Amino acid sequence: MSASYFDVDGTLVATNLVHPTLYYLANQGTPVQIARRLGRAFFRAPTMAWAELWDRRVFNELLYSSYAGMSEDRLELLAEDVFEDVIRPSLYPYAKSLVQQNKRAGLKVVFVSGALECVLRQLADHLGADEIIGNRLEMKNGIATGKILKPVVAGPEKARLIREHAKRHGYDLDECFAFSDSYSDVPMLSVVGHPAAVNPDKRLALLAQAYSWPRFDLTQAL
Amino acid sequence: MNHPCVVTLERDSAPRTVFSGDQLIEIDLPAGTRVIYPRPTIEPLKDVDAAIRYAISHPENSDPLHARLRPGMRVTIAIDDISLPLPPMKRPDVRERMLTILLELLADHGVEDIEIIIATGIHRRMKAAEVRHMVGDKIFNEYWPERLYNHDAEDADNMVEVGVTEHGEVLELNRRAVESDLLIYANINFVPMNGGHKSVAVGLCSYKSLRPHHNPDTIRKSDSYMDPRKSQLAHDIARLGRLANQKLNVFCIETTLNNRMFDPSLDFLMKNEDDLNDREKALLKGLVLTTARLPQSARQAIFDRFPAPYGCTGVWAGETAAVHEKVIERSFEQYLVPIEGQADVLICPIPFISPYNVHAYLNPLLVQVLAQGYLFNMYRGAPLVKKGGTLIITHPCTDKFDHEQHAPYIEFVHRILPETRDAHVLRNKYEEKFAKNPAFIQMFRTGHAYHPAHPFFMWYWGENGRQHVGRVIVVGADNEYIPKLLGWETASSMDEALYRAKLEDGRSPEITLLHVPPILMGDMSLPGGG
Repeated sequence: MSASYFDVDGTLVATNLVHPTLYYLANQGTPVQIARRLGRAFFRAPTMAWAELWDRRVFNELLYSSYAGMSEDRLELLAEDVFEDVIRPSLYPYAKSLVQQNKRAGLKVVFVSGALECVLRQLADHLGADEIIGNRLEMKNGIATGKILKPVVAGPEKARLIREHAKRHGYDLDECFAFSDSYSDVPMLSVVGHPAAVNPDKRLALLAQAYSWPRFDLTQAL
Repeated sequence: MNHPCVVTLERDSAPRTVFSGDQLIEIDLPAGTRVIYPRPTIEPLKDVDAAIRYAISHPENSDPLHARLRPGMRVTIAIDDISLPLPPMKRPDVRERMLTILLELLADHGVEDIEIIIATGIHRRMKAAEVRHMVGDKIFNEYWPERLYNHDAEDADNMVEVGVTEHGEVLELNRRAVESDLLIYANINFVPMNGGHKSVAVGLCSYKSLRPHHNPDTIRKSDSYMDPRKSQLAHDIARLGRLANQKLNVFCIETTLNNRMFDPSLDFLMKNEDDLNDREKALLKGLVLTTARLPQSARQAIFDRFPAPYGCTGVWAGETAAVHEKVIERSFEQYLVPIEGQADVLICPIPFISPYNVHAYLNPLLVQVLAQGYLFNMYRGAPLVKKGGTLIITHPCTDKFDHEQHAPYIEFVHRILPETRDAHVLRNKYEEKFAKNPAFIQMFRTGHAYHPAHPFFMWYWGENGRQHVGRVIVVGADNEYIPKLLGWETASSMDEALYRAKLEDGRSPEITLLHVPPILMGDMSLPGGG
């Protein structure tokens, strides 16, 4: 038995981590609180843009600090709406068929994403993934502190988490698959025997070409 | 006495000019070498449209097509993909002619529910421009992509099990074809292994239905797979095809082509080099020098640019087996060259194209399938080379692949072939798992890659050649790694290759050069009437 590890944002769906966050911010509290939260997020946008380019982990930490003060119940409750209103409409046409193809091949499907686990679970249920490895917010008395629990699922850390996951389940990494759209996921792609570039950005496309990794596009219906 | 297409070289004979991939090279061969040239081109039909109309109105073992139509029925037309003819033919392609006539006839009989499926089997999906070239602008604009599309062998929802043969082989076919009131298959027969029951049973099936016959043992028992009567592959496929015909309402149309691969201005490429006039000699020399100087990408672009002026030489319609018998007869008429006696050394120039690299580079695995597969199998009666003899090929064997079309080939050649060349081990240990590789399946379904099982089949395709030939020597390889991986030797020149072949035999070998392309088949008779 072996597994297929999927990045999610940009790989299976057109959204990124910011879209669900904005949805949460726009649906939490009174209009004044919403305006204040969105204003704060807007103010942080340039820093986050910089972090997105240079360090995914820092980007995640900055992004999830916007969740400070949200209740755990509310996060869970809204997760279904986030999926229906934000994620589901942005699913790539062949995302489900790719996941199902992996399952038909006898592989365990694991989503490895910087998204919050409560949202990721919704997507996993919809596409038929077996497991998720996502980010979790730190909670104190049922209220988010704005920090993420370690390990932060981003960049090279994904590779370590995959290695650990495979070891725990007795999977041979040489037999495992990984799918991602982003050059920042090269570490994750490199630890498995069968990496694939899905809707790749320019740098990943070049790398995939150089190493003869399979490369394909899920973004367009035939 | 030799057939006019068989020439024995003399001491003062000119060098032969042959393909080495997309280059033309000159090779000097010893006196006594037998060179087999393609047969003269058969004159094409004067009015192909009339021949198509006549064939569907006067079919073999069937009512005329118009008598099988009724208003409101559901009809599917299946056509061959771009793997034939090679190179793709000048417009109008015969498929366009057949479709135009069929669609008119269907419209006249009140048939509106029509879909056209490109019967790719597990070949790559054809691109829109390729489909347009094949079916013409009018049909393309009207039908693509909703009612004219590629078969998808991995679309589980749209494949349906038709039945099981007496040998336990499961036939799984395209749902639309199965659920139609009438399936019309419009074929082009490029070589004798095309068409017949293969059209429906392979072109519209799934990997599951290919596996029972696309295997090393079937190929080993095919003597050769270009001679349907002695091809185990053809027999096995016919079993599935007969089952398809029992369960489905099938009407087939088959066409044959002549060997007009090159423009008439390049006819000298098919001629005995000793018979060329001064102008032709100069042109040939010019081609040799040009292809030697141009970069590979430019050579490929040139060959891609010029479709072949093939002419249609026959059209038959009706019941599959009856039609195919006529087709094979006409096909042999174009290709078969009578030859007496097998050679110790067979020289096969490897050209730039195979059925599986249209608009792409001929990668090493495809070089293998041309050498030990298709060209080795170009015979009727007995192989052109003796058992244990030497096959010399000319090709650079560059370690180069098209990353889109041949993505699974890369992994097969560089990851699996280094483990083993044994076709049975490949089939039993690696094939099924590889065939399910989800990344390659996705590339096959939504990109333009061959199915991941395809590289395995390409290896098996060379199996009877591999078992029969003692050694393969490559002349002109630009590396040693690929030939070694394929189990071949390399030689820096034809002289060196022939010298080695001589050492092996301990005497002067009998040498035969197959002067291809265009295609030819040896009709071998052995001394003593074998």
